[in-house]
Parts: sequence; C-alpha cells; structure tokens
Amino acid sequence: MRSGALITGLALAGLIAAACGGAGPSPGGAPQATAASACFPVSGACPEEARGLDGAGATFPAVIYTRWISEYEKVTGVRVNYQSIGSGGGIKSISDRTLDFGATDGPMTDEQLAAAKGPMVHVPMVMGAVVPTYNLASVEQTLRFTPEALAGIFLGEIARWNDPRIASANPGVTLPDADITVVHRSDGSGTTYIWVDYLSKVSPAWASKVGRGTSVSWPVGVGGKGNEGVAGAVKQTPNSIGYVELIYAIQQKLPAGQVRNSSGAFVAPDLDSVSKAAEGVTLAPDLRASITDPGNAAAYPIAGFTWLLAYAEMPDRAKALALTRYMWWALHDGQRYAKDLGYAPLPADVVELASAKVRSITSGGKAVLPAR
Amino acid sequence: MSRADRAFVLGTGALAALVPVSLAGVALLLLIDALPAVRAYGLSFLVTTRWDPVHLVFGAGAYVYGTLVTTALAVLLAAPVAVAAAVFLTEYAPVRLRAPLAFVIELLAYVPSIVYGLWGLFVLVPFLRTTVDPALQALTAPIPLVGGLFAGRIVGLDLFTGGVILAVMILPILLAVSREVLLAVPPTQREAMLALGATRWEAVSRAVLPLARPGIVGAAVLGVARAFGETMAVTLVVGNSSTAITGSLFTPGYTMASAIANQFTEADSELYFSAIVEIALVLLVVALVVNTAARLLISRTAVSMAGQTL
Repeated sequence: MRSGALITGLALAGLIAAACGGAGPSPGGAPQATAASACFPVSGACPEEARGLDGAGATFPAVIYTRWISEYEKVTGVRVNYQSIGSGGGIKSISDRTLDFGATDGPMTDEQLAAAKGPMVHVPMVMGAVVPTYNLASVEQTLRFTPEALAGIFLGEIARWNDPRIASANPGVTLPDADITVVHRSDGSGTTYIWVDYLSKVSPAWASKVGRGTSVSWPVGVGGKGNEGVAGAVKQTPNSIGYVELIYAIQQKLPAGQVRNSSGAFVAPDLDSVSKAAEGVTLAPDLRASITDPGNAAAYPIAGFTWLLAYAEMPDRAKALALTRYMWWALHDGQRYAKDLGYAPLPADVVELASAKVRSITSGGKAVLPAR
Repeated sequence: MSRADRAFVLGTGALAALVPVSLAGVALLLLIDALPAVRAYGLSFLVTTRWDPVHLVFGAGAYVYGTLVTTALAVLLAAPVAVAAAVFLTEYAPVRLRAPLAFVIELLAYVPSIVYGLWGLFVLVPFLRTTVDPALQALTAPIPLVGGLFAGRIVGLDLFTGGVILAVMILPILLAVSREVLLAVPPTQREAMLALGATRWEAVSRAVLPLARPGIVGAAVLGVARAFGETMAVTLVVGNSSTAITGSLFTPGYTMASAIANQFTEADSELYFSAIVEIALVLLVVALVVNTAARLLISRTAVSMAGQTL
C-alpha cells in the first residue's frame, strides 16, 4: 500500500518534471514560466534548480534540519548539506558568501548586516524555548519563578533559596535555607541568547549590567559546556539552578520550572505554550523579532525563533530556486516534523510572514518563486 | 651523486621542511588574526580581567590566572608521586614486574582527554565535593595563609578540581620520562656507592637522584607544557567562570584553552574573534618556549651522564 503510493508519487513527480523541462524557458526568462506547477508548490524534482545546497550555523535546530534534509531529498532529490558549527560561524559563512545559506539562533546585528556582502533576509523556521531547571532534593512540587526571581538569581542578588522573592511565588513549598549555585552555559549559544534576551526585557538591572548576546559576562555561577554540561552540573550540584533547551529538558526528564508571563499567569513550558509565544505578536518587518516576554496570556515567555539567513538577491538562479523551494517546503510540509523532535512549530500567521520573505528573494532582479 | 639520489634528497628534504614551514604558517596566521586585539589592548590584554563579549571589552587575565594556578597545582601534585613511583620502578620493584608496570602506566598517557573529563565530572567532582574538599577546608581553616586557599563555598567545579584532574593526566608522562632518566643513570654510579658501604636508599638519594635531577626537572616542565594546553578535561570540571579571582582554590575558574574551546564557535564580532585568537597565540608561544626548555634540560642530563660513564 505504502510503496504503491510512493511509486505513484514518484511517477507523478517524473511527469511533472518532464512537463517543467518541456516548457524550456530560456535562461533569465520570465520567472512565472520557470515556476510552473512542477517547481511550485514543491511536490517533486525541478530540473532547473541546483542539485545541492550548502549551509551552516546554529546547533540548536540541527536535529530538525537534519530530518528536513533527509525528507526533502526524498521529495526533490536535492541534497542539502548542513553543518552545525554554531550561530557565529553561520553568520560568518553567509556574510562571506562562502555558503548558500546560514543559520542562527540570535538575529544578526545591524553592524553584522552592514558588513555582509549584500542585503540579507531572516526567515524564521521553527521555535524553541529555554527552561529553568534545578536540583532541590527536598522539594517535590514544580517550582514557579517570577521574572524578578530569575533575574535576581542570575544577577547574584538572590543568593539563598528561601529568599522571599522566590518563596512568595511558591506558597506551600518549603524551600531550603541554602545557597543557590547558578549554572550557565560556558560556550556561546543561541540558548543563552534567548535566556538573557528575556532577562534583559524583564530586568533593567540585567539589561544595563550584563545585556544580551550568545556569550555574556556572567555575574555569578559556574559554566557547563552545552546543554549536557549544564544539566550534568545541575544534577550533580545540590541546590543549583541552570537553564537548558526545552527539548533537552523533556528528553532527559529534568525538572522544569514554571515562569510567570506578562499577563501574570505561571505557565509550564511545553510545545503548545511555546508556539503561543509567537501567536498574535506583531513582528518587525525584517522578522528579526524577539518574542521573549510576549503579550499572549497562554504563552510560555522564554521562547525564540531560529532563522535561516540568505541573500535577498542571489545571482545564481539555479541555487536561488533550490534554496527558496527548500525553505518553502520546510515552512509548510516541514513543520509537521517539529513536535516529534521537540521543537515548537511556527504559528500560521508567522508561516505566512516567513513565506512572504522567501518569495521576496530575487535572482537577477526577478522573483524566484511565483507571487501567488 | 646520481640523479636518483639527488631527487631522493630533494624530495625528503622538502617533506622535512614541511613541518617547520607549517608551524611558521600557523604562527603567522594566528598573529594576523590576533592583530586587532593586540592593537586594541596591547600587553594589558594579559592582566585585565573583564571579559565581556556584549560590550566588547576583552581582558584575558582571569584565563591566564586560571591556567597558571591549575598548571602549578597539577605539577605540585603529580611530580612527587611520579618521582617516587619512578624510583620504585627502577630501583626497588621486582625485576619481573618492572616492564609490565611501566607499560600499564604509559598506557594511561593514551587515554583520550575527553574520557578523563567525563570521569572527572561524574566520579572525581562528587568525590572531591563531598569528601576531600570539606576535609581540606576543616583541616586548613586555622592556618593563616593556607586556610585562604581552601576557603569559600564548595561547589566541586573549581580550580582545585581542575588542578587535580590535570595532575592525573600529566602523571603518566612525568613518570615515563622520570623512569627513562633514572634508567639512564649509569649502573656504575650505584655500584660505586654500594661498594663504599652505602645502603640502597643512600645510593638512590646521594648518587642516582642528583645525577637525574635536571632530567626530572625536564620531565616536570614537559608536564607543565601538557597541562598548559589541556582543554577538554579541564573545561568539564574547572567551572568556566571568569567572574572572580579570590585566591581560593575552591572558586570556579577558567583556563585559556577552555576559553578558546568554549567561545570560538560563537565569536561573531571581529574583535571578539581576534581576542580568542590572541589567547591561542599566547598558548602557542608558551608551549614552544616551555617545550624547548624541557628538551634542553633532558638532553643536558643525557650528555652529563654520558660523560660520567667515561
């Protein structure tokens, strides 16, 4: 049954491909002609596109990108090569045009955009969240944190667990009279970016003393390398608190605290409450949007996008077609793989905005994908 | 020389030249990439301690401090153990056991450093935190200066643990080199002492060890070189925090090599990247100097002992 469907699908794809090739538009011809039904919407191979794409960047979305790449190759035969070298490396590679696309968890700064070899677009692909995790042997209930408590703990101003600023949000919980050990990431990371971006928004003291970035100068605490390093240090150190990606906390069954959002509700982090963070939020036109501390009453407040980076104008038409088709597919068909892998899918309105960004990519001044 | 000979000499010579040329290339590349940071901070880079990638202020002082402290601690802990064990292996151990024991110890040198790191994180850290650290703290608290070395909150991920794991890691190389050096002491020296009526211990302490001393120092310097550049294992246990230099070994710290490993991938601004590269450059220079010194010391021992045999 399944293989039958597959064969039909392949045959269809072949037919469509043939039709697309038969149309035979001259190079640089009208984009609408190239994007015949075969090439768009993405349903099979498209003869005019490049057979391979190279990209690199953020480690956080590497799991879903790998899955997308293998599924996408089955659909279109295009081989996408993605190296998870870190957001910084991704930004550097695309800025130098050494690769076809980059990927990052923290948006590029204005200076970085100015230094790139041409105007770039940020396309959000999927969402992730960062959660506080802790090790308190004597506490069985899930802890609740106010934004003030989290900022105070990570600034070192709240040094003991039974501080009223933590206790007041946790009635009925007996917090130990013990020093808090803060654990943070030692390596530069998009996870850190989302965490400190949130702290910067809710705490003026954090914004002025520490600020936001993939690496920051931590006022207190010990550093662990990677999510596993932070989780390991938290697990081993009594009375410690750290932060990890939601997906990692779920997989490792780590205790994850609830966080009070801007509407005053304590929200437990899960894939639905994370998707809510981007729902109904007005995004900046360039989609370099921070969605931490959103207005949505059901949203978990420490969430963020991860972006693909591409040039708004790509001279190589075959590459441009391959890349825009891949991004389009990931934004639509690809989203259904997100939840199984622990990522929050983009809400429909964000998919709409992101798709418009993909359509805006041009080659030789002409749109690569059809307008509608 | 025939034509084939000449070609062979040229070919092998070119291949041999590859090594120094690539070393020079690495150094040059590091120097070029480090220039912006060198220009911005000069020598103060090595002593100022604010490292703030958000506000683009970079001083590697805390990393330098952490590297020096963990390295010194490692050599202080490992050297006496290594020398004692080497003396046992060369002078006292039953002859049949000497070779197998030495082999096992040298095997330790080939354990990948990430394995040491994981062992450190999951075995050594809890053990030190719950047992050794509190005992040391209680023991040294009344002693004026020494007490300060072990003061403060015990987290387990700190300079002390970093030093201990480095000690474990450099022990095999220290021991292997010390043993070679002791073996190189001519038997005639021992025999002469014993013939004069000296005890075994007197022969070792008055004849063998003094002759071997420069070589043992060389072994220690090799240990320093290895500890200096060690990355993965230390990164996992040292605490990776550059916030405080307190003088206590129980403060979380940071080493230069860990700083590179941790921050290189996300160093997204030019100055940040350049500051990281400058740390690498400093590490390279120190490693070259220290290794050269060690080689000189060890070869001098060999030469002086060769003289003694005559």
